Order: sequence, then C-alpha cells, then structure tokens
Amino acid sequence: MEVGKTKVISVLVENKPGVLHGVANLFRRRNFNIESITVGPSVQQNTSRMTITVNGDQKTIEQVVKQLAKLIDVLTVQELEQGNFVMRELALIKVNVPSTKERSDIINCVEVFRGRVIDVSTDSLTVEITGIPDKIDAFLNLMKTFGVLELARTGITALARGAKSVRIDE
Amino acid sequence: MTKMTGAQALIESLERQNVEVIFGILGGAILPVYDVLCGNKKIRHILARHEQGAAHAAEGYARASGRVGVCMSTSGPGATNLVTGIANAYMDSSPIIALTGQVPSSGANTSYMIGRDAFQEADIIGITTPITKYNFQPRNAAEIPTIVNTAFYIASTGRPGPVLIDLPKNVQAQTSEVEVTDRIEARGYKSMIEMDLTKISIAANLLAKAERPIILSGGGIIISNATDELMQISDLLMAPVATTFMGKGSFPEGHPLSVGSIGMHGNPAANRLMGEADVLLAVGTRFSDRATANLDTFASNAKKIHIDVDEAEIGKNVEVDVPLIGDAKAALKLLLTALKDKLHKTESTAWAKRVKEAKEQLSPLLKDRPKDIVPKALLTELRKLLPENAIVTTEVGQNQMWSALYFKALKPRTFISSGGLGTMGFGFPAAIGAKVACPDRPVVDIAGDGSFIMTEQELACSVMEDIPVTVIVLNNSVLGMVAQWQRALYNRRYMAVHLGKTPDFVKLAEAYGAQGFRVTSIEEFQKAVKTALTSKVTTVIDVPIGSEEDVVPFVPPGCGLPQQRGDY
Repeated sequence: MEVGKTKVISVLVENKPGVLHGVANLFRRRNFNIESITVGPSVQQNTSRMTITVNGDQKTIEQVVKQLAKLIDVLTVQELEQGNFVMRELALIKVNVPSTKERSDIINCVEVFRGRVIDVSTDSLTVEITGIPDKIDAFLNLMKTFGVLELARTGITALARGAKSVRIDE
Repeated sequence: MTKMTGAQALIESLERQNVEVIFGILGGAILPVYDVLCGNKKIRHILARHEQGAAHAAEGYARASGRVGVCMSTSGPGATNLVTGIANAYMDSSPIIALTGQVPSSGANTSYMIGRDAFQEADIIGITTPITKYNFQPRNAAEIPTIVNTAFYIASTGRPGPVLIDLPKNVQAQTSEVEVTDRIEARGYKSMIEMDLTKISIAANLLAKAERPIILSGGGIIISNATDELMQISDLLMAPVATTFMGKGSFPEGHPLSVGSIGMHGNPAANRLMGEADVLLAVGTRFSDRATANLDTFASNAKKIHIDVDEAEIGKNVEVDVPLIGDAKAALKLLLTALKDKLHKTESTAWAKRVKEAKEQLSPLLKDRPKDIVPKALLTELRKLLPENAIVTTEVGQNQMWSALYFKALKPRTFISSGGLGTMGFGFPAAIGAKVACPDRPVVDIAGDGSFIMTEQELACSVMEDIPVTVIVLNNSVLGMVAQWQRALYNRRYMAVHLGKTPDFVKLAEAYGAQGFRVTSIEEFQKAVKTALTSKVTTVIDVPIGSEEDVVPFVPPGCGLPQQRGDY
C-alpha cells in the first residue's frame, strides 16, 4: 500500500513483556512516525507479529528497518514489497440513527460495502467493516452524513503474498 | 543442579565470567547480593561514593582493559544515579554490566511490591530501555546464570554497549535448584553480519586508483584492536590518517601520516585534508555531528567507503558509495590482502608532499611552544613527562578539547574521554576504573574546575581503596566552554558561568587524605607531575590559568570543517 508515503513493515518479535515498549520507544526516540501498529501471536512458538505502518521517505524507512533489526527482541523485520502483499483493517463504527428511513439507508450502504450490522438500538447502529484503509475511509465519509457517534479502528495488519513469508528459521 | 539463592547464582555466574572487580554502592534492595560478596576472595568490591562514579569507573575499567566493566547499585535512587553512566557507555559503545537491586516482584500480598510505588522503587527497566543494548529482570533464581551469560555476550560483542540486570530482592533471596551453566539465550541477536566480499574488492579498486586517499579512524578501530591493520593500510596507500575524537589513540599521533583528529575543534591539517581527499576510507565511526560539522561540505570531493559493525550506522548521517558491514579488524585484513595485489608502495606522490606540507603549516605541535602556563604548553609538557603507555582520561569542555588538540595519544586505549554524551565528571571516576584495570601504569585525569567538582567525592574512594591517580585541574574559575560560546556567539553576555575561586583544590584534596599542589609555572608543573607519578596516593594538581583562554580553532555551528576559524 502506498497512501502518500506510508509503508508497511512486518516484524516478528519475542512474545514477552516489554517488547512492545521497546519497539514503541524506538520510534519515539528516533523521531519516526507510527501511523498504526497491530500486534498478535504468530504461528511460530513464542513469537508475535507486529504490523507497523510508517510514514516517511525511503531513507527513513531504511533506518526504521535497521534500527528495529538491532533490537534484540526483534527476530526478523521486513518492509513489505509494494503491491506484493495483502492487508486489511477492521473498523467498528457506531452510527447515529435519526429516523426509520435513515436506518434503511444506512443498512443499504453497509451492504454495498460488505459490512455487517452487529448491534442495533433505537437510535444507533454499530457496523463492522473490514478492508483496506481507503475503503473504510470511504464508508466513514458516507456515515458522517448521519453522524458517527463512536469509531474504533484496528490499524493495518498484513501478510506477504503467496509462499513468500516473513518468518524465522527454526 | 545445586540448591542456592539467586544472589549466590549471580556471584557464581559473575565469577565464571572472570569478573575481578565490581564498582558499587549498596542499599536495602541489593543486600542479599552484598551478603554473598562478604568474604568472597575472587571479586573485589570497590565502594564508590555516588553511583554515577561507579558506572563511570566501570566504563574506565572497560575501555582501558578491553574487558567488561561491572557496576552495581540498589533500587530507586541508586539505580537512577547509574543512568548518566549507562547513557555515557551507550553513546561511546563501551561494554559495561549494570546490576541493580529492585523491590520484590512477588510473594505474599504484603511483600509483593513492583508496580505499587514501593519505597525506593523506580522503573529502571523502562528508564534504561533507550540507553542500554538490552536489559533483563529475572523472575526466579534459576534464570540468573543464563541471563548473566547472555548479558556479557551482548555487552561485549558486535558493537559493544551497556546491559542492565534488574534484580528483584525476592529473586536474590529465593533458594532454588539452579544450574550454573554457560548457556546463552539471545535468538534475536546477531553480533556479526557476514561480510560482503564483493564490496571489499570494490573498495580496494577505489583505493588503488585514488590519488588523494585519506583514512578516518573511529573508536571502532580501538574496540576491535585493529591498529596494526590500520597502520599497514595507511602505509601501503601512503594515506594520511585522521581520527575522530573517539578514535584518538587508534593511530599513533607521532606517526608521519597522522594528521590528528577532525571536528569542530579538530586539528586544522585533518580538517583541511578531509576536504581535499578524493577517496575517504572511514572505519568504525558513526560520523557524529561534532566530527563532520556541516554535512554538505564534509569530504565533499571524496568517494566514501564506510566500514562499520553496526548496519544502522551505514547511511544514517553520511551517504556513502561503498558500505561495508563488518568487524573493523576482519574487514581491514581482507582489504589489505586485496590491496597488496593491486599496488606497490610509492612514497613520492604529490599527495604525500601535500600532506607533509599541510602538517607543517597547520599542526599546532610543530610551532613554537609558549613558555607561559597555558593549556598548550602544559599538555605538550605532560606528554613528555608521561610514558607512552600512560592512560589519560579527560573531563568535558575546554579541558577535553585542549587535550584532543595538544596531547598526543600514542597507543590505543590510552585516551579515554566522554565523546558522545559529553559527561562532565566522567574523567575522574573513569581514571579510577582505568587504574584498577592497569595498576602498573600511570593514570592522569585532565580536568577543568567545573567538571572535577561534579564527581570530586570519588577522592574518598581513591584514597580509601588505594587507587592512586593524578588529577590535573586546568583551573580557570569558569565553565570555560560555555563561557567561550557566550563570548563568541552571545556577545559576551556571561550568564551563570563564573565559578569564583572556590573550592581551594589543594585543601579539598587534603581534606580527603589525598595530596594537593598548586603550580604557577611550567617548572613547578613538571615537579608536581613527577611527584604525583611516584606517589602512592591520589594527587590533585591545581593549575590556575586565564579565564578567557579560548579553544581555537573552532568551526562555528552550521559551518563546514574547511570554515574553521582561529589560529593556534
């Protein structure tokens, strides 16, 4: 993905306390900008995958990758190659529902965007939507006409396409 | 497996790492470790008077000996007092281990304290994450041996640096089955990346064709013990060798090809030639801003080859043509072999002539020496009074830059100074550490009155522990370097720089049981230094100098190395 100068970096780290602090601290300390960061266990034992989206020119990204690689709790780090990976973001959006007519308008939009309604109340709807950030932005824009009450976005998570993978030798 | 406490596991593991000395100060949360040290015959404990002193002493020990230095403190303020020393070691890539006590991490409800803002609790893991290569907090005694081995391995390999082990008190006291092993666990740590041999050959080609090659030697040459290889390469290429400040001592400064250090207060010959060279071979340097000055004009006529063990240093500050990741010694050996096939030594090149001429014109050491009691004369004289293998440490500020300019370092690990962090107060405790590492060699701290007072309390440590070093206080009654900046860049608006005539450094030394001299002529200086060198007690030599003495030349902020101002 390239929105402006945003790049996606996939990092395998030790699954233990303090690692997220170390990584986040490195970004702060070196004045790198994190757009988003997602963390969860990976398929390999005792390791987690961090997917980090970073804003910066190629020189900055190179430094980010090199500095991350230096961290001892970082097992492997790779910038995902443009156009050669898949990525998704999940958003939960609580939308204001002023009237019954608008309720069906909102549900129509949700269907077009292949989202799901996961909670309903008399004057709100909560929608789950996944996709690339552009799609979520587009949906969010539509919902603004009704009024967005609350928003939770996960940030991007991503994997390289095909058999190519970011993993450690075991 | 043996039944033992965490504290015993720690000390046994330190013994297996051949630790002979720990610089430290105890306190409540580290008592179980001190209890095990009581009566220990293998490890000497040296009681510092402030934890900052303990950390700097460990670094002085490490840099003088090439081994890992160890310091220790209690939790909370003890640990936070180590922080400046740890940050200093991080910036200058020095291998030290910091051991800190911590409040208990588990136990019955009332004894579990971490995270509850207990008495003398500080989050030293969080605090030191950005200034250590790594830090550990063992959860139980059985983990300790592997953690200690891994800590030493990480601290001393690759690009060295500080590692901290935070020891909760319950883990120190807990008895469990412990295997004291040699195991190391650091699967995410790569101390070396395999060297790219094609880059060696590209670099060799570039150097062989160079008409005006220059070498920039950094602290990495000293760390990797690569002085011999460096000398062979410079000799083969007839290339002048400039050093960075941290590289001072990596190449003998009396050598005909030595042009001194580059930088803001660098040697003019080095700064000038850097701009004239057509190929730059930079080894073991991170191109710090004080070394390069304005990057646009740094070695702007040269193709650049950069050898460093830390991949992240390549391209960080200076864009290079040939990056080479690897250990300096190994890389220079390969480069030397490749070069020997390509060229034969020639002495009478135009460049060799130019280097000689630049040195004669621009080297401060070849000009007339003043007879007055000024830094240039004192430091030139000091070199004559000290044997080649004497170790000199410095404080930070004018004393440090004068030392860089006028005191020739002739061997690696004989010039120890706080280059990266610029820590005033570093030199004296570092001198104590260096003396412990090399008890048979003279150790001299070149100090200013402002810096010395920051860790002067370690006089008590040096006297009580019989670690005699010499402190030369270039006493200008002013925080000289900042005063110089206020003079040059703030229109002489002096603010908060004057220190007055206090304290009386002779009486101060005597109050601690050390000896003090005040000297007012070169002859008295010679006599005092000679007395100090044969003395069994620490000596403070107070040398009053003018308070408006500048360090010149000087590259003003934002300017490039060739725009250096001021005469010697």
